[in-house]
Amino acid sequence: MLLFIVIAPLLTALLILIGAPARLTALLGSAATLIASFAAFFVYDTARGGFQFVSSFPISATWRLQFLLGADGLTLIMLLLAALVLLCAVWFTPPVEKSERLFYACLLFIAGGAIGAFASLDLFFFYAFHELALIPTFLLIGIWGSGNRSAAAWKITIYLGLGSFVLLLGLIMLYRSVPPELRSFDLRALQLVAASGGILPAAQNQIFFLLLIGFGVLISLFPFHSWAPEAYASAPAPAAMLHAGVLKKFGLYGLLRVALPLLPEGAQHWRTLLIVLLLGNIIYVGLVTIAQKRLDWMLGYSSVMHMGYIFLGIASANVIGLNGAAVLMFAHGISIALLFALAGEIRRRAGTLVFADLGGLGKLMPFAGFAFGVAAFASIGLPGFANFAAEVMVFFGAFRVGADWQGFHLFQVATVLALWGVVISAVYMLRAYRAIFMGAPNERLHSPFPDLSRTLRLPIVLLIAATMIVGFLPNTVLRLLQPTFSAPVAANR
Amino acid sequence: MIPAPSLEIAVLLWGLLLLLMESCAGKTDRRGVAYAGIGGLIVALVASFFLAQSPAAAPTGFWSFYTADPLAIFFKRFALVTTILVLVMAIDYAPAIRMGVPGANPHAGLGEFFTLPIFTCAGLMWMASAIDFVMIFVSLELVTMSFYVLVSFTRRNPATLEAGVKYLILSALSTGFLVFGITWIFGVTGETSLLRLSSTLATQPIDRIPLLFGVALVLVALGFKIAAVPFHIWVPDVYQGSPTPVTAFLSVGSKAAGFVVLLRVLVPFLALPQVGHLLVGMAALTLIYGNFAALPQSNLKRLLAYSSIAHAGYLLIGVVAVAGAAVAYYLVAYLLMTLLCFAVLIVVGNTGGDQIEDYAGLAKRSPFLAFAMLIGMISLAGVPFTAGFLGKFFIFDAAIRQHQMLLVVIGIVTVGCGFYYYLKVVRAMYWLEPASDAAPITVSPLSRVTMTLLVAAIFVLGVYPQPILDALRPSETALRSTR
Repeated sequence: MLLFIVIAPLLTALLILIGAPARLTALLGSAATLIASFAAFFVYDTARGGFQFVSSFPISATWRLQFLLGADGLTLIMLLLAALVLLCAVWFTPPVEKSERLFYACLLFIAGGAIGAFASLDLFFFYAFHELALIPTFLLIGIWGSGNRSAAAWKITIYLGLGSFVLLLGLIMLYRSVPPELRSFDLRALQLVAASGGILPAAQNQIFFLLLIGFGVLISLFPFHSWAPEAYASAPAPAAMLHAGVLKKFGLYGLLRVALPLLPEGAQHWRTLLIVLLLGNIIYVGLVTIAQKRLDWMLGYSSVMHMGYIFLGIASANVIGLNGAAVLMFAHGISIALLFALAGEIRRRAGTLVFADLGGLGKLMPFAGFAFGVAAFASIGLPGFANFAAEVMVFFGAFRVGADWQGFHLFQVATVLALWGVVISAVYMLRAYRAIFMGAPNERLHSPFPDLSRTLRLPIVLLIAATMIVGFLPNTVLRLLQPTFSAPVAANR
Repeated sequence: MIPAPSLEIAVLLWGLLLLLMESCAGKTDRRGVAYAGIGGLIVALVASFFLAQSPAAAPTGFWSFYTADPLAIFFKRFALVTTILVLVMAIDYAPAIRMGVPGANPHAGLGEFFTLPIFTCAGLMWMASAIDFVMIFVSLELVTMSFYVLVSFTRRNPATLEAGVKYLILSALSTGFLVFGITWIFGVTGETSLLRLSSTLATQPIDRIPLLFGVALVLVALGFKIAAVPFHIWVPDVYQGSPTPVTAFLSVGSKAAGFVVLLRVLVPFLALPQVGHLLVGMAALTLIYGNFAALPQSNLKRLLAYSSIAHAGYLLIGVVAVAGAAVAYYLVAYLLMTLLCFAVLIVVGNTGGDQIEDYAGLAKRSPFLAFAMLIGMISLAGVPFTAGFLGKFFIFDAAIRQHQMLLVVIGIVTVGCGFYYYLKVVRAMYWLEPASDAAPITVSPLSRVTMTLLVAAIFVLGVYPQPILDALRPSETALRSTR
């Protein structure tokens, strides 16, 4: 089943390139992926826990390399997110004027790369699948982008290319740090080695730093974030949905899956640095977000800012914080995809996303206004949405670390500051809502403004439903996450 | 089983035979010569799988300067594959040859152009087996001599003539360095056989300074062959000026042969730490220069010349880390992706120029060529699931194993440059609109099949490297054991 989920988007992309009707095939392929992910979600045996649906194909005996797929609760949540956002991104794709096939194929390759990376239990393929998205992103921004697309495409490609080679360096060093007879790229084998103390603390410190920088670039951690807003502003809406919603979660997933469980000492060692950087994400980037004058740039910066909360959960390294981080990855993926989708629709109608040129759209497009409001509330983290459930867990987790250490500590300072970040995101989201949807329609908008068509409402309802279900019933996903995070953390303490 | 030297002799004789027949062919179409050459080389390639390895006993007589270990056999196949692909390209390049060579006969020069690569191939195959300085020198000269002719073949073109003169003078100079270096080494140790050199160095007290001087001179000559900085000055002009199939041959065949010899020659000398430092410096300079100088290039052929320097840098990291398998794998990956790019370059070059702007909108003019070029470029840049990525992966792994962190850091920074200049071509092909007068491009069936095979090989080896690693494992141990 897992093999099908990984192969389906890639196969669909190849079919489209060969000559199948582009939009229909893409919709069918991504719907099939979503259904299969749902099925895996419900078939997964929580009582047994651990990695299930494992399938492996040997590649190289010399390197003990194999194509190894497997999923636990965390994987399944990410797969569900990827499949859901993929379907919505394909659905939201407006008619493409030039090279329609290539457009859909690129979208499917990005999603396929992310899904393959999430499902790989082998570090080599985990890395390689993520890179599958690099060239399609370059093409999507370059060919169909808007604004300063050329600069944005170069920036994201070179930034991410370099970042992933730093990551590769870290992964090779990880592979080399294990005694020769135990060397392997198999994550399960490495976890056993790490649990028995097979990776020396000095090596852990070096490797964790490399992984933090490598993954950090991919996630847009504070000083390495400048590629993100520009790229998301220039990318066509479906590409921004997939990249910000799904692909960027790869780095976080890597930290949760690889860096933390394998290198606990390293994580301890670099914790303070991580806290400082993530406050940069939340406070500095948050203030920058308020200053934005265009919706696409604002959304790009806001997606960078929200990474800070997920980092906070990861830095706390306790069960509740990690669970919060995982749920927040899902929640943020949904809400940012929804926002980018709506921004894309507004851009298509108004031809601009500058706040000063918009206004009063709430009267012209009531449904879009409603959906944007819901997405903005979700993004701020109001109760009832998945983001709230997740952020609460992150804050409790982070505060708790300070409590364990007794006294007022860095973690408590960070938590308090991060809580103010929620206010920051409320400020910019509500300002954006007011500028776009409230007031009288701006006189510069002449063209007729049809509301979202009926067919486009379905994916929006789907995304809102996903975030509300997890918001009201967080246990639907926490149930699956429990075995993932209790095991490695218990081993570390 | 076939004794190893007979393969080279057969290739040489086949070349001579074709040259003889071609000279009496009158006005018939010379492409037959190329097809016959390709056929003969394919037979030789098949035969190479039935070669007898050299006797395991202590080498004496003939076997003390000629070896048929797995590394040698592997690179014989490498030379054969390269030459076959170059001949396929040469067929596509025939129109440019006809324009570039004076003569009343419409087929003037074509016959020689198709047969000379076969002689080069024989030289490359000898070189793969050479384990004695004399033998290395002779086979190197066989290769270089045929390149002298090939580089300046289209002699009506002044750029080609310039390339030919530059290559002739600088190559002769580097040959001089090689001979001089060999005499110093011989003078100090009294040996030219690499095998006996190792034991002499290990057992007898030797004056280090003159020996190092000799090794440094040999490194200069080999650095010229592999296009390492600071012996790279000839590369951009010669690559740009030569007929494109010859450029491809130079950048793959000549470089691979240089690296085989380098691997073999260095084995006895790597015990000297100074040689290691020298190589680290050379690798660092080559990486930095090759990659940064490639950034502003606007001519694709020249860009590939700088990329060839850059890749020599990555290969040198492997040499420094004494990772024979990694170097060999990288060379195979380099062969596939470079020849793929040159094959596309020739077809597109026939309809326009070699400037990157001539590739604008290639995706519209010929989706197949654009896709092939895309794969070649992303493999050169090192994107996963292509052979080029695994090559870099093995090289970086070897460097980390040997704690060459400086080279690893430089390597990673320069990979970033690579993304820029390789994707510049992708940008032209896919983003930009074609010129209004640009017509669709047709690709001959033979080229289409060849390019498809190359693309397939890039992906297959990029996911499943085991065949290459298996073919080399014995040679890795052989290299180690000779130390």
